Amino acid sequence: MKIDNSLPLEYATEQNKMNIFGFWVFIGAEVMLFATLFATYFTLENRIGNGPAGAEIFELTPVLIETLVLLTSSFMIGLGIHAMRIGRKNAMLTFFGITLLLGLTFLGVEIYEFMHYAHVGAGLQVSAFTGILLTTLGTHGAHVTVGLFWGLFIMMQVKKKGITPQTANKSFIFSLYWHFLDVVWIFIFSFIYLKGLM
Amino acid sequence: MDYFDRFAIPHPSPAIYASMVAIGLTMIAIVIGLTYFKKWGYLWDEWLTTVDHKRIGIMYLISALLMLFRGGVDALMMRAQTAVPDNTLLDAQHYNEVFTTHGVVMIIFMAMPFIYALMNFVVPLQIGARDVAFPRLNALSFWLFFMGAMLFNISFVIGGSPDAGWTSYFPLAGNDFSQSVGTNYYMLSIQIAGIGTLISGINFIVTIFKMRAPNMKLMKMPMFTWTALITNAIVVFAFPVLTIALLLGTMDRLFGTHIFSMTNGGMDMLWANLFWVWGHPEVYILILPAFGIYSEVISTFSRRNLYGYTSMVASIVIISFFSFLVWMHHFFTMGQGPLSNSIFSITTMAIAIPTGIKIFNWLLTMRKGKIRFTVPMLYSVGFIPIFTIGGVTGVMLGMASADYQYHNTMFLVAHFHYTIIPGVVFAMLAGLTYWWPKMFGFMLNERIGKWAFWFVAIGFNVTFFPMFFTGLDGQARRMYTYSEATGFGPLNMLSFVGAIGLAIGFALIVYNVYYSVRHSSRDIGSDPWDARTLEWATQTPVQSYNFARTPQVDSIEALWDLKRKGKPIFKGDIEKIHMPNNSGMPFIMSCIFFVWGFSLVFSMWIPAIITTIAIFACMAYRSFEKDDGHYISVEDIKATEKDWEVLADENR
Ligand code: HEM
Ligand SMILES: [Cu+2]
Repeated sequence: MKIDNSLPLEYATEQNKMNIFGFWVFIGAEVMLFATLFATYFTLENRIGNGPAGAEIFELTPVLIETLVLLTSSFMIGLGIHAMRIGRKNAMLTFFGITLLLGLTFLGVEIYEFMHYAHVGAGLQVSAFTGILLTTLGTHGAHVTVGLFWGLFIMMQVKKKGITPQTANKSFIFSLYWHFLDVVWIFIFSFIYLKGLM
Repeated sequence: MDYFDRFAIPHPSPAIYASMVAIGLTMIAIVIGLTYFKKWGYLWDEWLTTVDHKRIGIMYLISALLMLFRGGVDALMMRAQTAVPDNTLLDAQHYNEVFTTHGVVMIIFMAMPFIYALMNFVVPLQIGARDVAFPRLNALSFWLFFMGAMLFNISFVIGGSPDAGWTSYFPLAGNDFSQSVGTNYYMLSIQIAGIGTLISGINFIVTIFKMRAPNMKLMKMPMFTWTALITNAIVVFAFPVLTIALLLGTMDRLFGTHIFSMTNGGMDMLWANLFWVWGHPEVYILILPAFGIYSEVISTFSRRNLYGYTSMVASIVIISFFSFLVWMHHFFTMGQGPLSNSIFSITTMAIAIPTGIKIFNWLLTMRKGKIRFTVPMLYSVGFIPIFTIGGVTGVMLGMASADYQYHNTMFLVAHFHYTIIPGVVFAMLAGLTYWWPKMFGFMLNERIGKWAFWFVAIGFNVTFFPMFFTGLDGQARRMYTYSEATGFGPLNMLSFVGAIGLAIGFALIVYNVYYSVRHSSRDIGSDPWDARTLEWATQTPVQSYNFARTPQVDSIEALWDLKRKGKPIFKGDIEKIHMPNNSGMPFIMSCIFFVWGFSLVFSMWIPAIITTIAIFACMAYRSFEKDDGHYISVEDIKATEKDWEVLADENR
């Protein structure tokens, strides 16, 4: 493995560069995936059958908590990557840890939110609207869940091996993923909740 | 016993039971054969765990050919059933199942792997790379496709085939109208294969952008690589749409959501839209690599460089862009209103323009060329007029108001076969014959190949041309029979005769493989066609590391320049080469995917949950695994390269 020291560690080898580029292409595919979900959501938004409409079931408080928590976590992982770049392993691990804890909090609130929907008669099978709402939120939530495990595994590797070209590369890619989930959430927040509440 | 009832076939026939027995016996024979000849280790070490793009290409190839025959049998059954009026060979239900599996198998499990077979084998060689960017993911892509195909193919003996058409329109595909698990198979097997394709898409984009030989600018890439790049870009943007469509379809069928249903706010047209937002780009995913192959073949066998390289590149880029803007032409008649119909009508017809440019470029390449009519060249030359008929009838279909006459008739069936068969099947056969010597170290027999070509080309036209007429006369597609009074009988009989001609053509191709394995010369050198691009600047069979020294390229036709102008490609000393290790993980993970899909098809939740966890466990394992690959030493490379001509040439 040739290591190019003029670049940040995560870009230092050819394979690392390819991994990062490949991940960007993957994010392109993910954009299409969520774009399709959103398009479907907008199509079905008002097709509520005999079930409730968005304005009847959305609750602002948990959604605000989720948004706040996720935005902060995105900031934290940014700090984590900064710490990684300046070679501060422990700081990096701390920031990553905080990120994951915030992610976990997000997931907890989302589970509460889902239970609330089930409670108020907005289950998966009620109408086209509830179906696509829960599928869209669920797809994002599943991504966060995967991210929690993935992040945890990366932390374990950094802890064991330190900041090497490999672990730096993995951590950086994970941070891209996490930021991406945050961006998706902003769309969910604006175009599903806020629009629905209006 | 009740538990096992679900695996029974809802609509059996003696033929299906016979197939069950045949499948069982074949599996037993394979197991016994492998054990008897002690080939398990070989199979595992050399194939199941390989990450070599060339071997993966060959595995794609074998699977595609198998699927070609499965789909071909379906086709013959359909033509036989409709050969005479009021035929009872198949009943309505079986006919539904047969046209559904025919469509899915041919598009998803034959055409796609065929394309990826050639891309895998050729693209890294054409750009002077050692492998693709992510060799393991490449193996995973293949195995996911393979397991998806297997899952789809067992449907007709376990639980029943899908029967809602390859387009699987809702509400027909919903639980009310498709009660068997058939459509579950459709949703899940295509999902699994589709994830594999998406991964390939990413892999090839990175490979082509990041692993080209030094100095090979984008505009210096051979045309096949260009088409591969654009095709994979379409894959990355189109396949996620299919992923979501299938996910939502699965939710409707397994979890009772109402996305595509007719009640509780569901919207059946949404499926049609999502399907074709993927589906139309998909037809260009199929055709663009074919254009690439024709460009290579026509230029090689006309002994001229490709005419209008830049306009070729521009037109594939334009085609790829437009391919996303025409999907609605698949349902002009389903009530969008005049405005959208007009817009989509215009975009549809516009696509014919860049396609036309390409046709003229090929013709101009041949003009004044010294043409050699080899088998690949025959397919390429045959393609041009036949495909033009397909394109022109496409424009006819693209006129929204006229489409009310053509839609869902045999005219449409004739159109898309006139595009897909010369566009994909001819191209794949051309590419296969062209690259065969590089893959296997001997040539296919030209004489048998030419016979096969004529059977295929004439058989094809005899089969599909009559459909334009029966279609205009009102014969609807997907009808299992018709009465004598309609007068469709004679032309349908003609189609059947043509189909037999096609079948003979394909049988000849198989015979050709057998014949050539036994009789062809193995002493063909490394460049038997006198070709122009880098893949022929390797040994035959290709070394595991492809190129001992990274090629230096500054033209589209590097090998041609070497041969005609003496411009060397390989300079400098041999250094040790880093190669990835084999891995069983892609295969194992895909097997788990198979069980996962199977469990979901039958709503068996416990195995479904266990396999879901197992899939993630595999990924976690991969994350922790330490694998730095291995090096091939300079001595080993020198030993392999010892008596190879190009190297010898340049050391002079
Ligand atoms: C000049 C270019 C083309 C035009 C203008 C065109 C136009 C159309 C139109 C308008 C339809 C829908 C007709 C209807 O349902 O009534 C159609 C169907 C279709 N076309 Fe084309 N097409 C073109 C090229 C191609 C190519 C290159 C392929 C494949 C490689 C292709 C494959 C298909 C398929 C598979 C269908 C319909 C399948 C189905 O409904 O099951 N077409 N085409
Ligand atoms: Cu189309």
